Amino acid sequence: MNPLTAILEGIGSTLQLLVSAAGYTPTLWRQRARFIEQCYLIGYTTLPIVAILSFFIGGVLALQAGYSMSNFGAKQFIGSLVGLSMARELGPVMAAILLAGRVGSAIAAELASMKVYQEIDALETMNIPPAKVLVLPRLAAVLVMMPVLAIIADLVGWFGGAIVSKYTQSIAIEPEAYFSVLRRFMVFEDVLNGLIKAEVFGFAIVLVCCNIGLNTRGGPREIGAAVTKAVVASLILILVLDYFVTKALL
Amino acid sequence: MACPPTRNPFTDAETAAVGVSIEGLSKNFGRSEVLKNVTFSVAPGEIFVLMGPSGSGKSVLLKHIVGLEQPSAGRVTVAGRDASSEATRAQVRMALVFQSGALFNSLSVYDNLALYPREHQIADEAAIREKVMRALQILSLEGSAHKAPSELSGGMKKRVAIARGLVMEPQLMLYDEPTSELDPVMAATISEIIATLKDEYHVTSIVVSHDRELALGIADRVGILMGGELVSLGTPADLRTPADPRVAEFLYPKIDLKNPRFKKLET
Repeated sequence: MNPLTAILEGIGSTLQLLVSAAGYTPTLWRQRARFIEQCYLIGYTTLPIVAILSFFIGGVLALQAGYSMSNFGAKQFIGSLVGLSMARELGPVMAAILLAGRVGSAIAAELASMKVYQEIDALETMNIPPAKVLVLPRLAAVLVMMPVLAIIADLVGWFGGAIVSKYTQSIAIEPEAYFSVLRRFMVFEDVLNGLIKAEVFGFAIVLVCCNIGLNTRGGPREIGAAVTKAVVASLILILVLDYFVTKALL
Repeated sequence: MACPPTRNPFTDAETAAVGVSIEGLSKNFGRSEVLKNVTFSVAPGEIFVLMGPSGSGKSVLLKHIVGLEQPSAGRVTVAGRDASSEATRAQVRMALVFQSGALFNSLSVYDNLALYPREHQIADEAAIREKVMRALQILSLEGSAHKAPSELSGGMKKRVAIARGLVMEPQLMLYDEPTSELDPVMAATISEIIATLKDEYHVTSIVVSHDRELALGIADRVGILMGGELVSLGTPADLRTPADPRVAEFLYPKIDLKNPRFKKLET
């Protein structure tokens, strides 16, 4: 199959899966145990790594901004730079990249293995649609957990920037001054834009990884291939969607 | 003679036994023709065994019956309804016992069995528990209810898969190599279970197998599939003296140790 046909077929099957899963939305309350389990896997288990990464991203931003802004006497504005960068761009993008690497790969591996070992076929013969029991709870969970992860990424990133700004000799800005500038130059819309991005990225990652997992063909070797495909597709998707969502929200 | 209705193993409720009809079924995967114009039917309450060498298309044929594959040409009907339609799966209770068992590894044996009635809200939790424990008892698996599938032997996995099918209160049971990788005692037990489901509950059964003893022992009729074609269809008695030399060679292979291909082993 040529690459263009493969991409178009992938988009088609992903949309078909979305429509199919959406059709089972009324069953979500009955599936609350699965939904809570997925919230735990997507949110709670990703949280520590999101926090660590965001702290250091905030710190590096402050360090780089401090270095260049000191040259023209604008280092007191570091708080606004870190705040806006984290809220509008880096918070949601980093949370999405971690989601793709940690959760997306796990989803693709689990569903691909279920497909290869005929568990998906068994579900279908039992007239239990995989879109209902495997996809819908994951999509619902990511919609709930992704904004939470993005907000925590923002807060921890801001905090990381504040710590670095205070304890780096060449910057030496007190947290009160840092957060005061951050508050002055930021509006709620900045955070909201980031949350919208996080929702779009998270939803797309989970949907694409589910689709790749469910369409795996062949033997155990294909499970590894499905995971690689899912992570690569998710990373490309994050950056492509980032451009279009940013453009739409500006 | 009309078949008696299928009897529910848990409630004794009766539903009409279902038959299967396959007309001119062909299936291609790319350029490879896996099934070639296969035609046969399985009567309600019958045990039909489909035999054939590896790669002859037996499992693909089973998947057509449960609607997991769509025919390239021809038609498969279950109880007179198109097998590829989702509505058929909703209306006719079919259970497929996969060769690997296809148990859900993230669930315990108990939850594997309880999944179908829970998802379809067939009964309350107490009734489901009763049904699951009864199915485990029928398959002598009472002590394994809370084990994970990974803790089970190959034979136990097959029995759990059959128990899972039983909980679905099937009108049609399909088995893909139910006795492969099993010791002779366990293989005989599985054969007995299949025969009991027919004799006691009048469940229509289609069994894909390489096991000649199973076919000759429990089948009402046997079909032989070779290279995607149905080359023989008859009763077990017909198969004791097959007319077709290909069928004779498949069912009663002669091992000739003087054959040149064994020479290498001698050196």
